[in-house]
Amino acid sequence: MKRAWTTFYRVLKAGFVNFFRNLSLALPAISVMTVTLFTSLFLYIANATFSNTINQINNKISITVYLTDAITQPQLKDFQKQVKELANVKTVEYVSKDEALAIYKSENAGNQNLLQAVDETSNPLPASLNVTPYDINKIQDIKNFLNKKQFIKLQDPQLGTSYSGDRKQAIDRIAKATTVMREAGIGGIAIFALVSALIIFNTLKMAIFNRKDEITIMRLLGAKPWFIRGPFVVEAAMYGFISAIVSIGVIKVMFTIFSSSLQASSLGLLDIGYATKFFNDHFWILLLAQLVVGLMLGILFSIVATARYLKLRTSK
Amino acid sequence: MILLDRVSKIYNRKSTAIERINLHIEPKEFVIVVGQSGAGKTTLLRLLTREEKPTSGKIVVGGIDYDKLKDKDIPLLRRKIGVVFQDFKLLPNRTVFENIAFALEIVGASTKEINSTVPRVLEIVNLKNKSDNMPYELSGGERQRVAIARAIVRQPKILIADEPTGNLDPKYAWDVIKVLEKINRFGTTVLLTTHNQEIVNKLKRRVVTIENGKIISDRSNASYRL
Repeated sequence: MKRAWTTFYRVLKAGFVNFFRNLSLALPAISVMTVTLFTSLFLYIANATFSNTINQINNKISITVYLTDAITQPQLKDFQKQVKELANVKTVEYVSKDEALAIYKSENAGNQNLLQAVDETSNPLPASLNVTPYDINKIQDIKNFLNKKQFIKLQDPQLGTSYSGDRKQAIDRIAKATTVMREAGIGGIAIFALVSALIIFNTLKMAIFNRKDEITIMRLLGAKPWFIRGPFVVEAAMYGFISAIVSIGVIKVMFTIFSSSLQASSLGLLDIGYATKFFNDHFWILLLAQLVVGLMLGILFSIVATARYLKLRTSK
Repeated sequence: MILLDRVSKIYNRKSTAIERINLHIEPKEFVIVVGQSGAGKTTLLRLLTREEKPTSGKIVVGGIDYDKLKDKDIPLLRRKIGVVFQDFKLLPNRTVFENIAFALEIVGASTKEINSTVPRVLEIVNLKNKSDNMPYELSGGERQRVAIARAIVRQPKILIADEPTGNLDPKYAWDVIKVLEKINRFGTTVLLTTHNQEIVNKLKRRVVTIENGKIISDRSNASYRL
């Protein structure tokens, strides 16, 4: 047992010592890992921010169900309840005729002609239910439900629901566009992650290739594979650790010091305020994730990259 | 100690490195293998360190029958044989002390043991004051003596030296040979390959001559003759 610990300690120590003695090989590898980890993290935050912007747009989309003046209180209660029970419905808000008039008046406060027109007649505006969906791609399901015979008669015969005609088209377009953007974001991150992994793997492979003679010598001296590989794994894990810390550190500095200039340079495409908040709120979990990814990549890739030089098979 | 029985190594139909070699080396012997470049000297040593497998024939070293040796046990075999290479094969990023200590770390020696053994071995090869130097700070002769120190630190019964003086000035070459003789006096079997005529003639040891993969002469107390 003591011997196992001694060996473990020696592998660890050799890894640390090698790291400092091979700094010229370590720096390029760390730089590549830092750049890719930085870009991945930045893309992730950008995607979260973008998602948030899309959600904000989606939250603004709702369907208005205009009700007939003849609807009774029990009918209204029942209708409201049934709509609320639909899986895709987030909220149902009732707007009475009086409230509708008040809203109309406040929205057209500057237009005396219109205000006069509504004052001259009895309130012409219908009461309505404002239905907010969870998923704007599935509004048609709600619409189908509302189109049932027993509900049609509760709706204003002329106005019906707002999800029709030009408005329906606009909503459908927004829904489609946001879905595509979300998928593109995830797809982009996935492709980038794959490419970066390949780049990191190749960098580590080159670093280890440069020292393949060392591995051969150790083998000839009778070292067992893990005694040879161990220090390389420790070194690569250190690359990952340092890269993770540096990359998240750079992003932290970016959001803390350069937040305002970032906002200006992002041309309003990215809500930097939200991105900063998202980063700060999730700082520890992001740090942990970076560390895990950095360490895992270093460890796994160095194990794979050393494998070919460790084959003990002799030539026949 | 070393037994080769009708050993052949054929790379392909056109290239036969070694052909039906029979060689028997007793414990504590000092044997010099001579032959021109490409004669098969290095292949012979690579067979002994199990870097290569013979195409046919039987090899037994220090009681280990190579036919029964599993790949995973090769490290254990190599720990029993000390090897010195023409190109030194020192670990470039480790000090002289660490290079020698590495051979002991492999076998799980304690730190205390390492700290007492390594200086002793450095004394044998006359490098006590170079303990903390890196290999690139040493001359060729000094590097080769470090390699020898590393090869003998585990006190192997057999030391194989593949042209250890090949890259050295004559002055340094003799330092290396003297160290090998000293080790042999301590009881280690030494197998040395060289094509340095002067060394062979001065040593007056058993000389095995290889030509075109075959042993053409095997004489004791011999001088260089090709």
